[in-house]
Amino acid sequence: MAAITTRQRTGWTVANFVVAVYALIPVLWLVSLSLKDKSTFTDGHFIPRKWTFENYVNIFKVGGFTQPLINSIGIAIISTVIAIVLGTFAAYAIARLEFPGKRLMLGASLLIAMFPQVSLVTPMFQIERSIGLFNTWPGLILPYITFTLPLTIYTLSAFLREIPWELEKAAKMDGATPFQAFRQVIVPLAMPGVVTTAILAFIQCWNDFVFAISLTSSNRARTAPAAISFFTGASQFEDPVGSIMAAAVVITIPIIIFVLIFQRRIVSGLTSGAVKG
Amino acid sequence: MAEIVLDQVSKQYPDGTTAVDKVNLEIADHEFIILVGPSGCGKTTTLNMIAGLEDISSGEMRIDGKRVNEVAPRDRDIAMVFQSYALYPHMTVRENIGFPLKLAKVDKATAKQKIEEAAGVLDLTPYLDRKPGALSGGQRQRVAMGRAIVRSPKAFLMDEPLSNLDAKLRVQMRTSISRIQKRLGTTTVYVTHDQTEAMTLGDRIVIMRAGVVQQIGSPQELYERPVNLFVAGFIGSPSMNFVPGTIADNAVDTVLGRIPLTDRVRAALNQHGDVPREVIIGVRPEAFEDASLVEGRGEGVTFTAPVDILESMGSVKYAYFSLENAHVDSEHLAELERDTGSEEIEAQIVTELDARSAVKEGQDQEVWFSPDSINIFEPSSGTNLTAGK
Repeated sequence: MAAITTRQRTGWTVANFVVAVYALIPVLWLVSLSLKDKSTFTDGHFIPRKWTFENYVNIFKVGGFTQPLINSIGIAIISTVIAIVLGTFAAYAIARLEFPGKRLMLGASLLIAMFPQVSLVTPMFQIERSIGLFNTWPGLILPYITFTLPLTIYTLSAFLREIPWELEKAAKMDGATPFQAFRQVIVPLAMPGVVTTAILAFIQCWNDFVFAISLTSSNRARTAPAAISFFTGASQFEDPVGSIMAAAVVITIPIIIFVLIFQRRIVSGLTSGAVKG
Repeated sequence: MAEIVLDQVSKQYPDGTTAVDKVNLEIADHEFIILVGPSGCGKTTTLNMIAGLEDISSGEMRIDGKRVNEVAPRDRDIAMVFQSYALYPHMTVRENIGFPLKLAKVDKATAKQKIEEAAGVLDLTPYLDRKPGALSGGQRQRVAMGRAIVRSPKAFLMDEPLSNLDAKLRVQMRTSISRIQKRLGTTTVYVTHDQTEAMTLGDRIVIMRAGVVQQIGSPQELYERPVNLFVAGFIGSPSMNFVPGTIADNAVDTVLGRIPLTDRVRAALNQHGDVPREVIIGVRPEAFEDASLVEGRGEGVTFTAPVDILESMGSVKYAYFSLENAHVDSEHLAELERDTGSEEIEAQIVTELDARSAVKEGQDQEVWFSPDSINIFEPSSGTNLTAGK
């Protein structure tokens, strides 16, 4: 590979900068608005003239944002964990085994992923109300798992296919039960894939709005995105812009933390050295 | 230490193909046995059935007299070395070698000692804390061996363990595998497609073709008395030369000249009784000699032809002759030719001549061979009529 010249480096720096700015300006704007005092919302300045943390205090003290946040974290984590565990098993079966109905199963899971969620809201609302799942955690966890599973199965089966089958045979010969082989050989090697998929699944659950708004009626199970839409101003004539902005900033924080924690575990090239080479 | 018996073992796949057809094989304790054959002959399937990685469709397999058809691989106490080594990339060499011990719940101190012992045998001690990714091909191969020997299993199964190494390393590892096997005395089943490996390593060789065992015997036996055309063509490097021949009173007419039938050959033919007139003659390259170097030619046969290509190996010279109307078209050899890609219209005769020979490329050369060195094959079945019983 040729050495990178100064010109190339400058070019790349500029390009990266442009992309970063383009992507970050709306976010910074969000942050800026959330830090502005009520009276200066519409002054049009990017950098707030009057700094205040009042909006942040308000959403927790007045707006009752704590419970929706807990709901969001709990529901998203539980859904992700269940989807990943089920998805890993399913993906393993799809990658390794030949069984009747394999294509059908893959097709069906793809179908679920393609189904517009909006069209399912009304029937789900009726079903959940009649079986008592409405406005509960399981009432949201269930549809989240349903819609993240296709994604997890697809991504994970691609990852698992990359792992040489002989490793598993070797583990069997070394005295491992099928589950030990899976747990001690396959899973560690599939870890980058599992983590990547987990992040995607978590984001999908975390960002959902359609189900969250339709299948909940109170803070008992309402998640943060849905709760934001119920924010009201201090009076009928006041816009809750500040609170909404503050809440929007708050709900991005867990995702950033989640990604930062797991990103370190995504190490590429982990399988190198397994077979010949 | 174990005795492995395959009794009419067959493997049929759901789509109806038969990969292994009624294999009978008794592998004695301490024995080093080789399964050899061209690709797709069922040797790896047979090995996998011994390992338990593939189900046995019919027949019975016994280890130490006990039926193991339904026993899971982990309960057979057999270790396997894979062609690709199949090392666990997320574990260090120490963990790789120790994995079988960990699964067997051997206590830490004993395990440590055993791992170090195995590493010592294989010269892996300096690399114990590295990951497989940081090792060379030969070292990886040794780690795979280490994982097999560490728990002193009843038997080793090796699936072309050397085929990913370069030529020089392969020869070195071949000797060290042989040494380790002798030292540990563990029953070993070794699969290869390389006849040189088979000849040098094995106590006994099993030659397979299309799922059927062709011949079982010691390397010498297979070399000297191949039962059919396939075995004759497979064993030996360079391979045996085949030419068509016609039997006519006490001699065979071939492009190599009229070869008289010696007492040995005649006796063998009489034993068979029904001998066709049209036969295939097989002569090993080693049977030929530069006629000018042979003293007392006796009843030897000579032929003269222009030398096509000459390969000087130092200790010997290989002279190649192209003879017209001498190609043997047999289904028994077609498979071997397809593998090596040596399908030709003219027959090529390879002769191994003494290094002192003054043979020159392009010039006519007189070549001598003893009529006693020939094998006579029945063309349709491929049976060797001179192999004796």
